[in-house]
This record gives sequence, structure tokens and C-alpha cells, in this order.
Amino acid sequence: MHFSDIFMKLWNAGLIQKGIWETIYMTVISTVISYILGLPLGVVLNITSRDGLHPISWLNKVLGLIVNFFRSIPFIVLMVSMLPVARLVVGSSLGNAAMIVMLVIAATPYVARLVESSLQEIDGGVIEAAQAMGCSNFQIVTKVLIPEAKPALITGGIISMVTILGYSAMAATIGGTGLGQIAIVYGHQRSKPDVTWVCVLLLVIIVQVMQAVGSAIVHRTDKRIRQ
Amino acid sequence: MIELKHLGKTYQTADQRIVALEDINLTIQDGEIFGIIGLSGAGKSTLVRCINLLETPTSGEVLVDGKSLTAMSQPELLKLRQSIGMIFQGFNLLEQRTVLRNVCFPLEIAGVKSQDAKKRARELLELVGLSDRENSYPSQLSGGQKQRVAIARALATNPKYILCDEATSALDPNTTSSILDLLHRINKELGVTIVVITHEMKVIDRICDRVAVIDHSHIAEEGKVSEVFINPTSEIARNLIFPRDRTVLETEGGKRLRLSFDGKTTCGPHIARMILACQAPVSILMANTKELDGVIYGYTIIELPTDPHQSDKIIGWLENSEISFEEVE
Repeated sequence: MHFSDIFMKLWNAGLIQKGIWETIYMTVISTVISYILGLPLGVVLNITSRDGLHPISWLNKVLGLIVNFFRSIPFIVLMVSMLPVARLVVGSSLGNAAMIVMLVIAATPYVARLVESSLQEIDGGVIEAAQAMGCSNFQIVTKVLIPEAKPALITGGIISMVTILGYSAMAATIGGTGLGQIAIVYGHQRSKPDVTWVCVLLLVIIVQVMQAVGSAIVHRTDKRIRQ
Repeated sequence: MIELKHLGKTYQTADQRIVALEDINLTIQDGEIFGIIGLSGAGKSTLVRCINLLETPTSGEVLVDGKSLTAMSQPELLKLRQSIGMIFQGFNLLEQRTVLRNVCFPLEIAGVKSQDAKKRARELLELVGLSDRENSYPSQLSGGQKQRVAIARALATNPKYILCDEATSALDPNTTSSILDLLHRINKELGVTIVVITHEMKVIDRICDRVAVIDHSHIAEEGKVSEVFINPTSEIARNLIFPRDRTVLETEGGKRLRLSFDGKTTCGPHIARMILACQAPVSILMANTKELDGVIYGYTIIELPTDPHQSDKIIGWLENSEISFEEVE
């Protein structure tokens, strides 16, 4: 099989290798920041709900509304509309830092909902037992809810990461970098299908590796599985 | 001592008011095993949750060692809950923690140092007979073992009281017996006061000293287990103690009497003696004996002959004997 000249040039200049790195880097950083913001948001959504530890109806409604608002905007539209926010936060609406801001804005509400539903899975009896032992609500969150939901939270983390990886390729259309950009600029705009297919293959491999590593971690973490 | 005074609990839903408990008055003495029995929906689970205020009563007072829980601030209440252990039908162990760390959990909450907590937890696992399973996870244990871990966990903070909410209802009969024996031993050896909620009479007569029968949100009757067993005064207690047997209903139609025997009268061929003395035959419809604290109690339901002369003779004989009896349906 013969690769096109453009592919060989990109490969020899190390641009494809750089693209792999940029994709992974953007995805991982965005996932981590989304979790740092989404986890507390998800916890608050969970505990302020009607059957939660500390129901606060109005707060739950307001947060739910905000989360749903951002989740209902398609990523590509959200990205364009959030350019000014990116400029405000990182001083530019171009480049990887700006892309990370967009990815975090898009992923945080998603993560919050995943966290909220993971915590909902915890058996009410276990929470009641903790209350009977004199746990405060804060202790229940940090010592019962989060540790008991850990496998589900890690699974949610992997799902979020794969979703963010997908978003990161879209970010290429407005100046993001990574494999998505290479596929669009060289594969699509210069009609070099081999470049596109190599990018597709690399993205598939990255997702598979993330999924496999994640599942292995979940399997090791979850003590409910009989050994 | 745990005192419930005029305790009431109602739930308000969108369109109706549900009364779960009404005017409950109970005193649970230190060192006893106190049973609360009732059918499902009678309010017993709500009642036990009112004792540590997992459910907030809507009226009345809960006093533990003279201190009113209903008047306490949240931090005081959390502190007090550490002196009341609780075990549940569903065990409610932390699935992601080992057995040892589950038992350490209440100590962690109470601020005990990790090393001391582990030492205490190991002592308790020894007490419940699970020393060899400290590194197992709950999913690797049987139901009975899980309940033992839950008991060890409930004892970790050296509580004065333990509340058991249908603790044996999910277990098979043999496991139930061993868990009840363990609770009995904890009561005798450690002096822990135990409150047992159940719908099973066998749990009550196996370990409890006193019992309250709860029915439709009210206490129907209360007393020493032997007294309630010999002479239940409420309809609900009779139903729980003397389960109705359909085949019994299909007989000749003479008067039926329930003869109750306490420790003094259990032994001896009383019915044979009665038949010989009265020269009248009786049918034995049902009989049962139970051992409560080393004393054998029993009852026999007999049907008298339809001939009123013979029947009166037997009743006359019984009135002069030590055997207590009453007519039953």
C-alpha cells in the first residue's frame, strides 16, 4: 500500500505523532477538570433532591435547570457561542487552552448528571445505617456515598473521557489541534483519504485503550464482584 | 433506660394523612431484651426508628437515660447515636470495605485512632466468631456472617443499647437461631440492652424478657413474655401466639377450652386425670409447649363433649385444679 506525499510529509515531520499527543492531552486535562467541577455539582444535585440527604428544593431546581440548559446545546453550537468565555478565561479563543475551556464547559454538566445517578444507586439502607451510627451528612458523602459509588464513578469517568475525545475532534473546526484537526485539514480539505483513515484508526485505538484500562481499574476496585 | 412518652408519628402526603404511630408509651429497662412484635404495616419499624430519631416523631417525647432526644441539637444527637447500635434486616454493610474496616467504621466516625479501632474491631470479630474473615468483603459472606459483622459493627462503640430491626427475617431457621443466641449472649455477657423488632413469635419467646404487641399504630398489650404468652388479652396477641388452624374448625361443635400450663403445672398427666375423674371423653385439638428462661410453658386446646352434663362436670373439675383455662372460639 502506498501512502500519499502529504501523509509521508506529516509523518516525517512528526505532526501525526504530535496530533496523538495533543488529542490525549486535551482529553485527559478536560476530563480531570470536568470531574473536579462536576463531582461536587453532582453531589449537590444528589443530596438536595427530594429523596436526598438534605433536600433543598429551590437549589436543586436551579442547578438542574442550568445543567439541562448546557446539556441541550449541541457541542458545535455551544463551542461557537462560548468563544468569548474562552477569551475571558485564557486570553484567547484559539488554541488548545481555549479548546480545553470549551470542552470543560460542555462536559461538566454531563459529568454532574453521571455523578448524580451513580450516587443514586447507593442502597438507602446503608445510608440509614451510617446515620444510625451518628454520621453527619458531610461524613456520609465523603465516607459512604463516594467510596461506595467508586466503581460507578470510574465507569462514568471513562464514558466522559470518550465523549470528550469525540468533542475534541469537533473542536478542530474552529481552531483546535490534535488528530481531529489533521483529519479535517489534510484528509478532508485536501482530499487525502489515507490521512483521514489513519486518524480514524488512531482514534479508535486510543478509545479502546482508554476503555480497556478503565474497565481493568473498575474490576480491581469493585469489591462487590466475588473473587 | 429508654422511655417513649405519648409518641406519635403521622406522615402527610399530598392528599392524605397517614398515622404510623399514636400515643405510644413504653419503658425499656436497662439490661433487658425487649421485644416489639406486630404484623407488617403495624408501625414497628417506624417505632424503632423513633428511638434513635432516624424518624422524627410528630408528637411526644423520646428519653434515653433521662435525656430528651427530641429536644437535642443535631451535634448532640449525632453524639448520642454513637451509644445506640443498630442492626437491620438487610445488614447494610459497606460493600466496598473489608469486614475489618466495616467494624472500624463507627469508630472512625467517633474519632478513634486507626490502630486502636483495628484492635477493638478484631476483639469484636473474635466475639462474633469471624476472626478468620477480617479481610473478606461483604459480597463473599453468607447472610448469617453478614449479620455477625453488622452486630460486631453495632457493638464497636461500646453502646449501651442495640436496636434490631427484623434482624433475622432474611435468614434461614438455623442461622436465625445462631444469631438470636449471639444476641442473647451479648445481652448476658456485656449487659447491653437490646430492643428487638420482629413479626415472628419464635424470636420473642426465644430471647426476650418483655414484649409489646403493636397493632394498627397502637400498643395492644405489653408485659413479661411468659405472662403474655400464657394469657394474651388482645386479639392480635392471640393471633400471633395461637395461630389459627383451619382443620381445627371442622369438628363436632362442643365447647372449646384453652388450658394454659405454667412451670408448676406443665408436668403431670392432667388431661388423663381429668378424663378419669369426670368419666367424660375430650378431643385434643392442638397443643404446644415453649421454654422461656428455663421454665416450660404450654397450652392445649380441647373440645368438650356436646353433652352439657359432661361438659359442666369437666369445667367444674378444672375450676378446682391449678390449671388456668378459658373458652375459645
